[in-house]
Amino acid sequence: MKIKKYLLALLLSSSAFLMAGSLGAQEAPVEDVVEAIEEAVVDPAAEAALVAATEISLAPAKATVAAMEAKYGADSDEAGYAQGYLDILEGQGEWAFAFDFFTVSMLWTVIAAALVFIMHLGFATLEAGLTQSKNTVNILFKNVFIISIGLVTYAVIGFNTHYPGDFNGWISFGSMIGDLNDGANTFGYGGAGLAMTGFGDFIFQAMFAATAATIVSGAVAERVKLGSFMIFATLLVGIAYPVVGSWHWGGGWLGGLSDGAGFKDFAGSAVVHAFGGFAALACVILLGPRAGKYVDGKIRPILGHSMPLATIGVFLLFLGWFGFNGGSVLSADPSGIGLVFTTTALAAAAGALGAILVSWVFLKKPDLSMALNGILAGLVGITSCADIVSVMGSLVVGLIAGVIVVFSIIFFDKIKIDDPVGAISVHGICGVFGILVIPFVNISDDKFTFIGQLTGVLAVAAAAFIFSIIVFGILKVTIGIRVSPEEEAEGLDIGEHGQEAYPDFSSSSR
Amino acid sequence: MKLVKAVIKPFKLEEVKEALADIGIEGMTVTEVKGFGRQKGHTEIYRGSEYTVDFLPKVMVEIVVDDADAEKTTEAIVKAAKTGKIGDGKVFVIPVESATRIRTDETGSEAL
Repeated sequence: MKIKKYLLALLLSSSAFLMAGSLGAQEAPVEDVVEAIEEAVVDPAAEAALVAATEISLAPAKATVAAMEAKYGADSDEAGYAQGYLDILEGQGEWAFAFDFFTVSMLWTVIAAALVFIMHLGFATLEAGLTQSKNTVNILFKNVFIISIGLVTYAVIGFNTHYPGDFNGWISFGSMIGDLNDGANTFGYGGAGLAMTGFGDFIFQAMFAATAATIVSGAVAERVKLGSFMIFATLLVGIAYPVVGSWHWGGGWLGGLSDGAGFKDFAGSAVVHAFGGFAALACVILLGPRAGKYVDGKIRPILGHSMPLATIGVFLLFLGWFGFNGGSVLSADPSGIGLVFTTTALAAAAGALGAILVSWVFLKKPDLSMALNGILAGLVGITSCADIVSVMGSLVVGLIAGVIVVFSIIFFDKIKIDDPVGAISVHGICGVFGILVIPFVNISDDKFTFIGQLTGVLAVAAAAFIFSIIVFGILKVTIGIRVSPEEEAEGLDIGEHGQEAYPDFSSSSR
Repeated sequence: MKLVKAVIKPFKLEEVKEALADIGIEGMTVTEVKGFGRQKGHTEIYRGSEYTVDFLPKVMVEIVVDDADAEKTTEAIVKAAKTGKIGDGKVFVIPVESATRIRTDETGSEAL
């Protein structure tokens, strides 16, 4: 009986297929074709064809349920298990045919989200390592706050502002996310280009969101007033980041650049890293250098207290970046993931080599902190283009980024922009580089123009800079953004938190 | 009693300790210290900027001995800590007024 039904459905689906084919063959005017297709959509035959096609995907599971029931009985565990899988499959509706790919892709997406989460631990240890021990609690506290506020604001307003759907291309504030499984839990949510559920999409993007504020955290370390930073970080990740991000990923105006080819920024060299870097630049300009950094026109380095911590941080960031870039493939497309993992790793390695070479030649010593920044520079550079470069291209991008970051750090130090961790150079400058290099290393068929890329990255950087100047500026003239000189000298751990990272001679020690 | 106070290169601590044990010294206090003498400091580089480190890491060894033992203690330290290069450190001998072992209330030479 059932087999007869399948045969009937197959007949119907093939007739629908033939009908669609004959429409093309007639070479009818476009309007006629569109009209015919619209008719075909409501055509019961086409409807039946789809049902029949879906039945084919469900057939093995249905047959197994029937067989299990026959062998073990309708109430058996075995039949129940088979039915359970069939229920999940049927829940996919007409997208059941893509269930395997969809499931693997969704799994990869949440693994990638977890890897991006680990980047926040990387940022925390890197920033702690490159600053003084008297400010360690403060740095760690800021990082704890940022990931927390970033996730919450992204749920409350960020996600739907970042991805507003149909909007004016510039700004559209969204509401809080609801049940994203509702109608967005099948392959139909985004096809192969976004093979995940709505919740998968949300949590992956949410992990990205806090990154922008974390970048600022490192640059303003050791002197920023905690309360002011928390207010600023909240507004930056809650409002500015998703609004600027919507210009690119939300289908906004950047999509019209490069004569319609769009703005190329694969995983966020511009909309995450340059955005954070230029927000950091604005904040550091308003904040001024740490006390004792520039004395009598000379640079007096303020040493980071733990190079092991800084190194752990960079390796964690390197690890997390496989999720940052690899997850940005937005599916488990095998060719895409393999390429992106390879280009990401090679650019990081080349970045380290570039920075090592330059620091050894120009600074006379192979500087570990520069080599670490070189890894990050290569990663930020390749983030824009990991999916459209050749192997050689990724090496070139990484190497140049590694060279740029060393000179950039020295340059910013010369003009008295005090950035303890090099965030402005790593994320801001190398982020811009990653965007601008695309027309020269692009091996895809899309033609991204230099002017288009320049327009996009300038818009993103300027937006971050201006937003930060205004918001941080208002905080500066109202509640203040800098701790007192006494507190800065004693350390923010005691001043802001009444707590030490490394307590000696405390009553609890041996 | 005399306090023998030696500032030595950190990597010489083990040899000095062994040399002192060989002449029967039963206890000592060591401290990580920083300082400079005629050796002066040296320059280091951090993120592209040079800076001078004036105070170099040293280890200070303190031993209290009977007057009669002060000289051979000093000799043992000097012999063990010597590299012949600048920065080997110094040994000072200072009179000590009293010594008391906290556990037993013993005083003077008994407490050493």
